[in-house]
Amino acid sequence: MKKLFVAAVAAAFTLGAAPFIAADVEAKDWTKIRIGVEGAYPPFSETTPSGELKGFDIDIANALCAEIKAECTLVAQDWDGIIPALMAKKYDAIVASMSITEERKKKVAFTNKYYQTPAKFVRKEGSGIEINKDSLKGKSVGVQRATIHDNFLTEEFGDILEIKRYGTQDEAYLDMTAGRIDLLLADSVALNDGFLKTDAGKGYEFVGPDFSDPKYFGDGAGIAIRKSDEDLQAKLNDAIAAIRANGTYKAIQDKYFDFNIYGE
Amino acid sequence: MDFSIITENISEYIDGTWLTIQLVGMSLLIGLVLSVPFAVMRSTNRIFISGPVWLFTYCFRGTPLLVQMFLFYYGLGQLEFIKELSQSWTFLQNAYWYALFAFTLNTAAYTTEIIRGAIVATPYGEIEAARACGMSRSLVLRRVVLPSAFRRALPAYSNEVIFMLHGSALASLITLVDITGAARIINSRYYSPYEAFLTAAAFYMALTFLIVWGFRQLEKCWHAHLKPRETN
Repeated sequence: MKKLFVAAVAAAFTLGAAPFIAADVEAKDWTKIRIGVEGAYPPFSETTPSGELKGFDIDIANALCAEIKAECTLVAQDWDGIIPALMAKKYDAIVASMSITEERKKKVAFTNKYYQTPAKFVRKEGSGIEINKDSLKGKSVGVQRATIHDNFLTEEFGDILEIKRYGTQDEAYLDMTAGRIDLLLADSVALNDGFLKTDAGKGYEFVGPDFSDPKYFGDGAGIAIRKSDEDLQAKLNDAIAAIRANGTYKAIQDKYFDFNIYGE
Repeated sequence: MDFSIITENISEYIDGTWLTIQLVGMSLLIGLVLSVPFAVMRSTNRIFISGPVWLFTYCFRGTPLLVQMFLFYYGLGQLEFIKELSQSWTFLQNAYWYALFAFTLNTAAYTTEIIRGAIVATPYGEIEAARACGMSRSLVLRRVVLPSAFRRALPAYSNEVIFMLHGSALASLITLVDITGAARIINSRYYSPYEAFLTAAAFYMALTFLIVWGFRQLEKCWHAHLKPRETN
């Protein structure tokens, strides 16, 4: 009886593991790529009411896959676990507006940037809050946890601001409209298109300067891959250059934005 | 594994532990105070007294704590009059009170059912004897039913306390920095899930150890009459 049980468990493990082993072998020529995306960061990445993913990141991911002639599967993953899931081989690349920073480079490799936009604060119209140390004292600010914006706030304003960290940008917008926080800090384009231009964002406005110090904000948003996958990194870099050159990038950009999002 | 990031950031965990203890302690205390009268009401035969309490416990035991917390925090936050109220009463802006509210009602519902079960299980002979001695209804409740019900409820209630401690980890989802919240911040800063969450687990285990120890002391004192008699 015991032997039978051991055999059954062993068989279950072998059968269970088989698809993973196969996937690993298959993935090496990069005809099939699994891409991790976030799905809660409009207009770059959002989930429609019917459950489909759409946005700038999604379109870029699909365009890059078409360029390298790979079959792509998009995997939605919460931001908190997006790097650990890449390390755990749940997918092979992250296309999720991830800024290229030194801290992240310790864990993962990045392609060249595919866009670059500054960070900005948002306040309620008429609140009179200014972006200087006196005016900010004791105010609460909402930010997405584990982002460059979180790091920037913690380092530069951690002693005077009350920082509230959210799992997604959408939750921070909810608390802003509920009047529980005084300010938001995030990517200016995400704030503009994902919040200020929507019905929920009426009565709120940008305040203060653009923040883009490379010390915190890195070198723009890139695609993260595991350090061991240098061939994939090269393929994706070529693909980014190709869609920049053949007009695909501009077509996607014009669908969402009326300015140059690639930066310098 | 690199535990130097934990030793450097241990203060985050200690602040988080303090918040966890506050949240769990307060909600258990208020929940227990609420649940005793609820349990008495729930164990009467009169439907208009026991009915509302049944509905309350059914709703709070029938839905996940996470859903209740989201309903209170994000759901109520969308209502206009709550938005206006929170302009003048700034404490309504603080996630702490919403978490405390949800935790309190949740634990009150479970504790009500635990104590009700213990009340219903009172041997009828004890009540009959008390009545025969001429005790009034309330005196029977106070001197006979409730004391023995609390004794019977103790082991089940210690489980509820431990579940509440673990359930409180959900508070980290609405911006509170409890033990889990601290672990999530450390994880996100260093991308080290093992170190961050193992440390959180150790803190929870230490708290659970204290709870278990505390209940054992209580049992020693309340259940002294049930101990095997020493013979020598």
